[in-house]
Parts: sequence; structure tokens; C-alpha cells
Amino acid sequence: MIKINGKEFDIADKTLAYYLADTNYDPKRIAVERNGDIVPKSQYGETVLKDGDIIEIVSFVGGG
Amino acid sequence: MIPTKEEWLSALEQRHGKELQKRFSSAAVAVCGLGGLGSNIAVSLARAGIGKLILIDFDRVDVTNLHRQQYKASQIGEYKSKALPENLKEIAPYIEFETYNVKITEDNATALLQNADIICEAFDNAECKAMLTNIVPERLPDKYLIAASGMAGLGSANAIKTRKVTNRFYLCGDEVSDVAETGRLVSSRVMLCAAHQAHMVLRILAGEFET
Repeated sequence: MIKINGKEFDIADKTLAYYLADTNYDPKRIAVERNGDIVPKSQYGETVLKDGDIIEIVSFVGGG
Repeated sequence: MIPTKEEWLSALEQRHGKELQKRFSSAAVAVCGLGGLGSNIAVSLARAGIGKLILIDFDRVDVTNLHRQQYKASQIGEYKSKALPENLKEIAPYIEFETYNVKITEDNATALLQNADIICEAFDNAECKAMLTNIVPERLPDKYLIAASGMAGLGSANAIKTRKVTNRFYLCGDEVSDVAETGRLVSSRVMLCAAHQAHMVLRILAGEFET
């Protein structure tokens, strides 16, 4: 299982881009952390999720 | 009377301790965006005697900024990158500045931020926040990044937090209060978030990290 923002998903061997395409996240407002590192935007398509991965998607909101 | 550099440094050492002040005095911290977050972060860091502040913004002071940003009515129309160091020099006369009157983009970020030890993201726009958060870990992997998300509205002060996302990336704010939804930004809540960011800078320099 892959843990994403605390929830478990059965999507091992799929890419990060595959997962994100099915969500409501605005790709321009997010940063994705995988097992302790930020995944470069250019690598979402080639980042294959592995069983046991812990992913966090930070979605920014405006104001400052 | 403006104190001499020795008097000023000695006062900082009294409050922070000599060892910690040495760390503050030898640090370079970049503040990206000099609005509600950035101008307040910069005031805290200047007061702490951070050695060098790298201040970056393309915008001018507007009357609508005065309710939460560290500018004076007499500075309306001035570039923030010029007005803010003027104000900071009155607080901390002997810190160094590197100022850039430009908009930070994917293309210039690496060059602008290369001299910083720690980078504070202090934009108001969510896409710009995400842009910097994606670029810094990839292109400047040895830098610490402290970003902010969620400080709009009149929600509880206690909802503003500092969270360690990776070893080099910290996020401050409540992470949900979007100015586009609340329509409000009040100085106290923006300052709380800015204080979280500035405080994390000092903690990192002191070698203290969130778990």
C-alpha cells in the first residue's frame, strides 16, 4: 500500500502523475514529498510508487 | 544617539549569549517577497542581528499595505526593496543587505538565492509559493526553506503552526485559510505566521529542529 496524506491507496507500480491526474489538486499549487524528499515537478511522470511509500502532498493557499 | 557597532553587538550578546549571536551574525537569510509575511520576518531577523538579509521584491508600497506590512505612510510609492532596508537600518544599524528589485521566477531564483543559508518564502500567491518550494530542494539542495501557507482570515491564532515536511523544508501557517475564500488578511494573524517563520530561522541557526 502507498500512504498519501495519511490515507492508504492500492496503487503500487503506478506513477505519481497517474495518481495526481485522478485528484482535484491544482498542479500549479502543490509540492510533493516522498519518503522525506521533495519530488521535482519534472519527475512526476517517471516516479513509480512503491509499496510502503509515504507521500505527502502540500497544497498551497494564497495570502501573505 | 545611534549606538556604536560594538555597543549594539554587545547588547545582542547579552540577550542571546555570545555563542548563539555568533551564529546569528554569520548567517545570511533570504526573504522572498517583502509584503505582510516578508516585511515582518525581516523585522524579527534584523532585531536578532542576522548578519546579512537578502531582500527580494518587485512591488511598491501601497496604501493598502499599511495595515499589516512594516512600512510608513511616507513611503507609499517607494519600492519595497528600498523602503524596507531603510526601516530595518533604524532598528539594526549594522546588518548587511543584499536587495533585488525583481520578481522571483524559475529562471532567476537560483542566482538570487545562492548566497543564502536559509530561504524564507513570503509570497502572497499560492502558485508562486509552490514554484519556490519545488525549485529550492531540486536546485539548491543544501539550503533550508521555510514557507508559509494559510494565515488569512480571523481564525484562531493557535491554528498557526510550524511543521517539518522534510529535513530542509518547513511549512508555517494553518495550511487551509485561503485569502481568496476568507477575503481578509489581518496584521495579527499574518504577523503570527511571519513570527513562526522567523523563529524557525533562529532555531535552525541554533541547531534546534522540529521533530
